Amino acid sequence: MRKGQNRFVVGFLLVPVALYLIFVIWPYIQTFGYSLTDWKGQSQTFAFIGLDNYTALFEDDIFLQAIWHNILFLVFIPVITILLALFFAFMLNAGGRGRAGGVSGVAGSGFYKIVYFFPQVLSLAILAVLFGAVYRSDSGGMLNGLLMKLGLVDESAPIEWLNEPNMVLWALILVVVWHGVGFYLVLFSAAMQAIPRDIYEAALIDGAGRAHTFFRITLPLLWDSVQTAWVYLGIAAMDMFILVSTMTAGEYGGGPDHHSEVMATVMMRNFLLYGRSGYACAMGVVMLLLTLIVSVVMLRATRRERVEF
Amino acid sequence: MSAPLKTASRGDSVPTGPTVNKGRTGPGDERGEGVVLNVFSHGFLALWALLIVLPLLWLVLSSFKTDAQIGGSAFGWPENWSFDVFSRAWDKGIGDYFVNTVIVLVFSVPLTMLFGSMAAYVLARYPFTGNRLLYYFFVAGAMFPVFLALVPLFFMVKRLDMLNTYQGLILVYVAYSLPFTVFFMHAFFRTLPTAVFEAAILDGASHTRTFFQVMLPMAKPGLISVGIFNTLGQWNQFILPTVLMQPQSGDDPERYVLTQGLIQLQQQQGYASDLPVLFAGVTIAMIPMLVVYLSFQRQVQAGLTSATLK
Repeated sequence: MRKGQNRFVVGFLLVPVALYLIFVIWPYIQTFGYSLTDWKGQSQTFAFIGLDNYTALFEDDIFLQAIWHNILFLVFIPVITILLALFFAFMLNAGGRGRAGGVSGVAGSGFYKIVYFFPQVLSLAILAVLFGAVYRSDSGGMLNGLLMKLGLVDESAPIEWLNEPNMVLWALILVVVWHGVGFYLVLFSAAMQAIPRDIYEAALIDGAGRAHTFFRITLPLLWDSVQTAWVYLGIAAMDMFILVSTMTAGEYGGGPDHHSEVMATVMMRNFLLYGRSGYACAMGVVMLLLTLIVSVVMLRATRRERVEF
Repeated sequence: MSAPLKTASRGDSVPTGPTVNKGRTGPGDERGEGVVLNVFSHGFLALWALLIVLPLLWLVLSSFKTDAQIGGSAFGWPENWSFDVFSRAWDKGIGDYFVNTVIVLVFSVPLTMLFGSMAAYVLARYPFTGNRLLYYFFVAGAMFPVFLALVPLFFMVKRLDMLNTYQGLILVYVAYSLPFTVFFMHAFFRTLPTAVFEAAILDGASHTRTFFQVMLPMAKPGLISVGIFNTLGQWNQFILPTVLMQPQSGDDPERYVLTQGLIQLQQQQGYASDLPVLFAGVTIAMIPMLVVYLSFQRQVQAGLTSATLK
């Protein structure tokens, strides 16, 4: 029995490990190497140029601006999404007070949970087309059309949601929040359902109101999932490639005039359009480092004493 | 280990707090607070549901309008309900993109499940040197952004002569789905009872046979969850096909997948202005996901949350 076992283990691991090494791990490692070269990408000829790509990065105003935009996303996307998701999750799981003092969700919670989650299964490409239409800068756009109907916007001067430098980042944040709230709502719901009912009932008997119940019981017991959500959303905010590249103006997005540029769009443009592969790799490395820093900082900043129940 | 409940250790403020009407939580008070809050919270819940549903309905409705109507007012009602636009969208490329996506997924999802389960099973149930290391090596892949690997990945696939081929994209999809699949199935295989495994081995079944005929069928609930997740993820994948599925020469056929094709169509509409076709295309792309989601919504939600909560 022992004899066959080793062969079996190796046999089962061979293909998955090989695939994973060739297409995932090796490219990740190569990125570091290529980032130290002046590789153009067309041929396999390149010279080692040390950290030149990295020093060039720090003088690349577009890339620096892109980092700044990623930081803005990093602040607003997690905060708004988590607050909304927490509120909804609480309403749907412990907001109801009707039946005999028990704690339950408000009426229709099952329905809400299904509907809220739906954007999560739509591809980002669909979101891009959908919100491209919603944000249209004439009366045919859903938002402009609505605001005109209400008389809040003049027909001759519609709002250029995606072409207004001050507006475009907010327009993108809205899409991400719309897409994400449902998922985090379900995540928090699962965690809330794991909280024993009797804790709530005890609080009820003690006369705690909804706000008290939420801040004193639900939130502390939910902190682990909030932390998870925070890190996931942080990583998503460091990316943002699909929405920016498809919804905003310019080759691989970033418009108007680089006002919505993120690191990923600058990187893709340098790689696929300008053919500066080595330089793009250096950006990839910077993105990885920043993402790692963000994850660690977020984990540390939200660390609390673990509550067990 | 057993930290006391935070709420209990400083919960003294809950019952004695000044805002709490202690001692007389009569049903009347409850209801008074409840009505106002209920109206507010129900209103907010309903509002968010509307915010989800309305844009989608509006988009589907728009595919029945004419181009002039779409440019005119956002809230006009379509004048003729012709399904012609859907067949036009299908012919304009959505059909091909759809078929390409299906071709890729028919191979990539089962292969992901097969290879992911095999690796997870061995890692979960066979102790050997380097087991933990290999496990973390797999799981670490889920932490890094795909972007980091894009440039070398492109040239790797190019060197294998697999750019703009189905098999290239299939292999890459499988490889990038492995971290999550291994992670999830690893947890699942660990929970399966050892007794069944031992009985099968004693009855003379080989390890391979035990896996395929005993353990894999027992892991079916887990497989369904991961399967749905992988289907959704690969169906919606955009970055990998954008980089890997571009025609390499003039006579290289276009093999765009659905997400890529939709964006392509959207960019073309900027000039050609046939928006109903674009909206119809989005509707066509949305329907399979809607069907999958509504039929498996419990598994989808449970699968995703159990994976992230671990």
